Amino acid sequence: MSIKGKAYIAGIYEHPLRDGTGKTVPQLHAEVARGALEDAGLDKNDIDAYYCAGDVPGMGAINQAEYMGLKLRQVDSTETGGSSYVLHVRHAAQAIAAGHCKVALITLAGRPRADAKENYSVRPGGGAPADYGFEAPFRPTIVNMYAMVAMRHMHEFGTTSEQLAWVKVAASHHAQHNPHALLREVVTVEDVLASPMISDPLHRLDCCVMTDGGGAILMVAPEIAKSLNRPRVRVLGAGEAPKHLNGGKVDLTYSGAVWSGADAFAEAGVKPADIKYASIYDSFTITVVETLEDLGFCAKGKGGAFVADGNLISGVGKLPFNTDGGGLCNNHPSDRGGITKVIEAVRQVRGEAHPRVQVPNCNLVLAHGTGGLLGSRMGSATVILEREDA
Amino acid sequence: MSDTTAKPRPKFRAPRINDESRPFWEATTRGELRIKRCTACGENHYYPRSLCPFCFSDATEWLTCSGRGSIYSYSVSRRGEPYAIAYVTLEEGPTMLTNLVDCDFDRLAIGQAVKVKFMDTGEGAALPCFTPA
Ligand SMILES: [Zn+2]
Repeated sequence: MSIKGKAYIAGIYEHPLRDGTGKTVPQLHAEVARGALEDAGLDKNDIDAYYCAGDVPGMGAINQAEYMGLKLRQVDSTETGGSSYVLHVRHAAQAIAAGHCKVALITLAGRPRADAKENYSVRPGGGAPADYGFEAPFRPTIVNMYAMVAMRHMHEFGTTSEQLAWVKVAASHHAQHNPHALLREVVTVEDVLASPMISDPLHRLDCCVMTDGGGAILMVAPEIAKSLNRPRVRVLGAGEAPKHLNGGKVDLTYSGAVWSGADAFAEAGVKPADIKYASIYDSFTITVVETLEDLGFCAKGKGGAFVADGNLISGVGKLPFNTDGGGLCNNHPSDRGGITKVIEAVRQVRGEAHPRVQVPNCNLVLAHGTGGLLGSRMGSATVILEREDA
Repeated sequence: MSDTTAKPRPKFRAPRINDESRPFWEATTRGELRIKRCTACGENHYYPRSLCPFCFSDATEWLTCSGRGSIYSYSVSRRGEPYAIAYVTLEEGPTMLTNLVDCDFDRLAIGQAVKVKFMDTGEGAALPCFTPA
C-alpha cells in the first residue's frame, strides 16, 4: 500500500531557543508539541499517535506521553539518529493511511549545550553493540568519521575543500535572514578554509552548530487536513534505509540516500529535476555533497561541482537548500537535524519561508535526514511533500 | 599527602571484550591479526562474528592475516595531540577501522601500503594499528 497523498503535515514548530539552560528535556518536548498544535489549530486531545527517538528520556515514547498527558492508539520510538524524525514522517503516514490513527505528533528536543555547561549528560541507548569493542579503542569521533568520507570523496572524484566550503557559504547566506539562527554572519569560501582544521580535511566551518531546543511536526488524515484553515501539505512519497559496514566491504562513496531517495521518488512519481526546494541534512559540508549525488540531483562524483558558485543559494542557484540556515548556521537541536529539515521544507511548500529566501511557486519539496555516522553505520530517510491547492 | 608519581596515561584504550571477540584479542596479544572466514560461502568478514553476515552460516573459522594492507581512507584529528584514524583494506579482503602509528601524519595517502603493528594498551590486549610498510 502506498502512502501517496494519504497523510498531511498540518502543524510545524521550531523552538526559538538555542540555549536550554533552566529547562528540562521533557519540558522542551512538550513546548514544541504545543507550538505545533497551535500552528495546526488542533487540540492536545486530538493527538492519537506519538513518534519520538532516543532523545526522549525513558522507555520509548511512554514517559514523554505521560508528561504530555496523551491518550494514544499508536506509538513508535524508532531510533535512527538525526534521521529519525524524517523516518517518523513516513511511519506516521503509513499508520494514518492504514487507519490506525488520525493525528500523529513527532517531537525532537534536547539541550547538549546546557548539559555540557552543567557537566550533565545522559545519552540515548544502553549496552554496547557488537562493533563497539572493535572500534572505540581507535577513538572514532563524529568529526573524523565524516572526515574519512570527505577524504575518500576527494580521492575518488577530485572534490576540493573549496567546493565543500560552498555548502557552508550558501547556508550562511540564508541564515542572515533568520533572526533565530545561531550564526547569522555571511561567510566566504576563504573564511571556511581559514577556520581551524578539526580533522583533515574538515575545518571548523565545515561542521554544524551545536544547539539546544527542538521541533515538532503534526501529521493528520486527509479529512482533518481539509477541515483546518491551513495550507494543505501532503506526503507524496518517502523512503528509509540503514547503511552499515557490510561485513568489511566498506564503501564510503555513497550513503543510504541512494536507497531511501529512490524509494521516495518512485512512490511520489516525480524526478529530482521536479523538486523546487530541498532540505538536505547538513551535519557537515560533505554530508550535503554526497547526499545530493545519492538523491540524483547530480551524477555520482559531481557533487562538489554542483554545490560550487552559489548553486544552493535561494534566488541564485538551481537548487535552493536549507533556507533557514540549516544545521551549519541555524540550528542542530540535540545534535540531531532531522526535524528542522522537515520544518523548513514545510515552510517553503506553504510559502511561509522568510520572503528573502522563499522559492517562488514552490509546490514540490524534499527533506532528507542522515543519522549516525556517514563513515560507518547510518540511518537515511527521505520525504517528498506537495502543496495541494484548495 | 598527594601522589606526585603521576602514571602516564595510556595512549591506547583497552577494548571491551566479550565471549565472541575474546579469541580475536587473545590473538592480537600474541601478535596475530585474525578475521573470520566462512567455510560455507568462502567470504571473509570483519568485525568477526559467529554467524557469517553474508550467508548466515555458523560455519565460520578464524583466519590469521598477513598483516599487510592499504589505506582506504584516513583523517588526522588536529585538536589536542594529533592522531590518525583510518580504514585499512586487508590483503584478505575486509576493510577495518584502525589507527595509523609511527608515521608522519602529513605524508599519509590513500592507497599507501601499510602493515600491522600491535600497540600495547597496558591491560593485556594489543590493538591492531598500522604503520607504513
Ligand atoms: Zn558465509
